[in-house]
Amino acid sequence: MSDNLTLPAQQGSTGASTEALLKVEGLTKHFPIYGGFPIKRKVGAVQAVDNVDLTVGVGESVGLVGESGCGKSTTGRLITRLLEPTGGKIEYAGQDITHANRKKLAPVRSEIQMIFQDPYSSLNPRQTVGTIIKSPMEVNGINPAGGREKRVRELLELVGLNPEHYNRFPHEFSGGQRQRIGVARALALNPKLIVADEPVSALDVSIQAQVVNLLQKVQEEMGIAFLFIAHDLAVVRHFSQRVAVMYLGKVVEVGDRDSIYNRPRHPYTHALLSAVPEVAVDDETENRERIRLAGDVPSPISPPSGCRFRTRCWKAQDKCATEEPPLLQIGGNREGHLTACHFPEEPSIEARSEDVVMDPALKALEKDGNVSKD
Amino acid sequence: MTSPTKAEDSGSAAVLDPELTATTDVVKGEKQPEGRSPGQLMWQRFKRDRTGVVSACVVIFFFVVAALAPVISKLYGKDPYTLYAQEPDYPFLLDDFAMPSGDFGGISGDFWFGVEPKLGRDVFTMLLYGMRTSLYMAVLVTLLSVITGVIIGMIGGYFGGRVDYWIGRVTDFFLGFPQQLFFIAFMPVVTAMFVDPQDETPTYLRAVAIIMVMWFLGWMGLARLVRSSVLSLRDREFVEAAKVSGAPPGRIVRKEILPNIVTPILVQATYILPSTILTIAFLSFIGVGFVEPTPDWGRMFKVGTEVYEQDPMFLLFPGAALVIFVLAFNLLGDSVRDAFDPKTGR
Repeated sequence: MSDNLTLPAQQGSTGASTEALLKVEGLTKHFPIYGGFPIKRKVGAVQAVDNVDLTVGVGESVGLVGESGCGKSTTGRLITRLLEPTGGKIEYAGQDITHANRKKLAPVRSEIQMIFQDPYSSLNPRQTVGTIIKSPMEVNGINPAGGREKRVRELLELVGLNPEHYNRFPHEFSGGQRQRIGVARALALNPKLIVADEPVSALDVSIQAQVVNLLQKVQEEMGIAFLFIAHDLAVVRHFSQRVAVMYLGKVVEVGDRDSIYNRPRHPYTHALLSAVPEVAVDDETENRERIRLAGDVPSPISPPSGCRFRTRCWKAQDKCATEEPPLLQIGGNREGHLTACHFPEEPSIEARSEDVVMDPALKALEKDGNVSKD
Repeated sequence: MTSPTKAEDSGSAAVLDPELTATTDVVKGEKQPEGRSPGQLMWQRFKRDRTGVVSACVVIFFFVVAALAPVISKLYGKDPYTLYAQEPDYPFLLDDFAMPSGDFGGISGDFWFGVEPKLGRDVFTMLLYGMRTSLYMAVLVTLLSVITGVIIGMIGGYFGGRVDYWIGRVTDFFLGFPQQLFFIAFMPVVTAMFVDPQDETPTYLRAVAIIMVMWFLGWMGLARLVRSSVLSLRDREFVEAAKVSGAPPGRIVRKEILPNIVTPILVQATYILPSTILTIAFLSFIGVGFVEPTPDWGRMFKVGTEVYEQDPMFLLFPGAALVIFVLAFNLLGDSVRDAFDPKTGR
C-alpha cells in the first residue's frame, strides 16, 4: 500500500482531515413507476438510493459493498452523472455537479472516469482498441506530447497489453484483456477519480487478481482516487482503504478497512462478513461467527419503515420500526467509523456462543447436522 | 472417414490465418499486426457463400447492363423509341394483324428479343431501358427510404421517452395507410400538384411523383427496425463509457451506435430494393406510373398481357429478367444476413 496509509492518523480519518475530492450528501435516486389506465401516472418509485453520504479523499480508495440490488451501481452512476439524481448534492473538488448539464460538466468530465462491469459490452465491437482508447482524448481535445497514438501505446503498455495490439478489435481479446483495455480508456484522460463498477465480478477468478493488482498499481502510482463498487468483500478488503456498506439504498456502516472487517458494529455488516466463504485448513480457523439471514432484501418500492434492515435483523425491536437510526460514530467505534444502528453488535467477528440462524428451516437442519456430528 | 478431413481442415485453417501467424513473426518488424474488423470477417464469410457470390454477380450484371444501356443500344444499333415496322429498312416486320411476322415474336439477327406487336419497336432495347428506369428509380427510392428511416428511427430510439412515443405513433399512422390503394389514388394528385392536368406531364415529373409517393410510405419498416436496434444499443456500456468521457449525443450516435446498426440496415435495404422494383412495375402496369413512350418494365408487362394469346414470346424476356433479378437480389440479401450474423443457421 502507499506510504501515507501506514500513518495511523490518516488511517483512522474519514477523509475529513485529508482534502475531500468527492463529497456526496444526501444523494437520492428514485426511479418512478408509472401505471394506471387510461392515463398513466406515477404510482410509486423504486428507492434505489436514499440519502447516501459519502466522501472520497484525494488519492483515496473507497470500497462500496452490499448485496445485489442495494443501489451500489446506481450510486456509482449518479456520481459519474450517467443518471440524474432525484435529490442531494454531489460536490467534486468543491464544485457542485449535482445537476450540471453536459456542457457545464465538460471541465470535470475528464477527471471522473468509470470502469464498467461487463468487459464484453463496454467496448464497441466495431472499433479498434486504438480508437476506443483514443476517443476520450478526441472528445476532450487532449493532445498529449508525441501524439495521441503514442499515448495510446503507452497506456496499453501501462495496463500490461502489447502496444502492438493497437489495431486489433475487442473480439480478439479475452475478458481480462478487455477489462485492461477498459482501464486504459479510463486512464486516457488522466482522471483524478475513477468509479469502478464491479470491475472484476465478470472475470475469471484467476484473472480477477491480475486486474485488481493492476488497479492497485494504477491507484498507487498515479494517485488516483477510486470508488470501488463490489460485492466481493475479499477484493474490497484487498483494495480499499475505507469501506462503506450499503443496504437497500442506504449506507449502514462506513469506516476504515480495519474497523469494518475486524470491528464491525452493524448487524448487516456482521452478516455480510460471516457469509464470506473461507477455506478452513484446520479447526483453528473455525472461530468466526456464523450468521444466516432469512429471506430476501425487501422491495425498494416500499422499503421497511425505520431501519431498513429490521425485517431481517435478529436484534430488531419496536424502536427500529419507528425511528430511522442515523449514521453516527457510536460508542466503542474508532474515529471515522460510523454506524447506523440502534442496537449495535459487539466490535468483534469472533464466534458467538450460539450461531445466529434466522431461517427456521435452516435452523432445524443445522440442529440435525450438529446432533449427527456430535 | 471424418478424422482425416477434419485434420486437413484444421491444418488448412491454421495456415489460412496468415495475419495471426504473421503477427508473431513481424512483431519486431516494421509492419504492425492488424486485427480483422467485424466487417472484414463478414466479407470473408460472404466470400465462402457460393449462392451469395453468384447472386451478387447476377445483381451486378443487371446494374452494369442498366447503366450501360445507351452504350449497348448504340453498339446494337437500335433504340427503344423508333417504330421499326414503319421503317423502310424492315419491311413486313409486322403481319396484317400487327403481330410480329417472324417466328417466336419476331426474334432474328436484327431483333434479338423480337419485335413489339402493334408498334413494332425493338424489345431488346426496350428491356434495357426499362431496366434502367426501374433500377434507377428503385435505388433512389430505397436510398431515400433508408435515410429517412434511419434518421427517424435513431431519433426515436436514442431519445426515447415522449419523443419515441410520438414518433412511434406517427410511424403507426403511416403504416396504417393501405399502400397500393394510396399509390393508385395519389399518383394523379401528386402529379397535379406540379402540372395542370390539361397539360402533358413531363416524364421526369412522373418519376419524381413516383419517388415521392413511394418514399412517403416506404420508410416505416426500417424506422422501426432501427429504433429497436438503437434501443438495445443505447444502454450498452460502451455508450455509457462514451457519455462518461463527455461525448456529445451527435458523436455517440455517429461513432458508437451507427456502426453497430449498419448490418440490419444493409440487410433490410436488400429486401426493400427488389420489392420497390416490383411496386414500380405494378404502378406502371395499372397505368399510374410511367406511360408511353417511356420504356419501363411494368409497361412491357401491360403490353404483354394484352397480346399474350397471339404473341406469348413478348412476355418471356421482361418476365424472365424481372424474376431473375428479384430472386438474385433476395438471395443476396439472405447471404448478406448470414454473413453478418453467422449464428442464424438455416
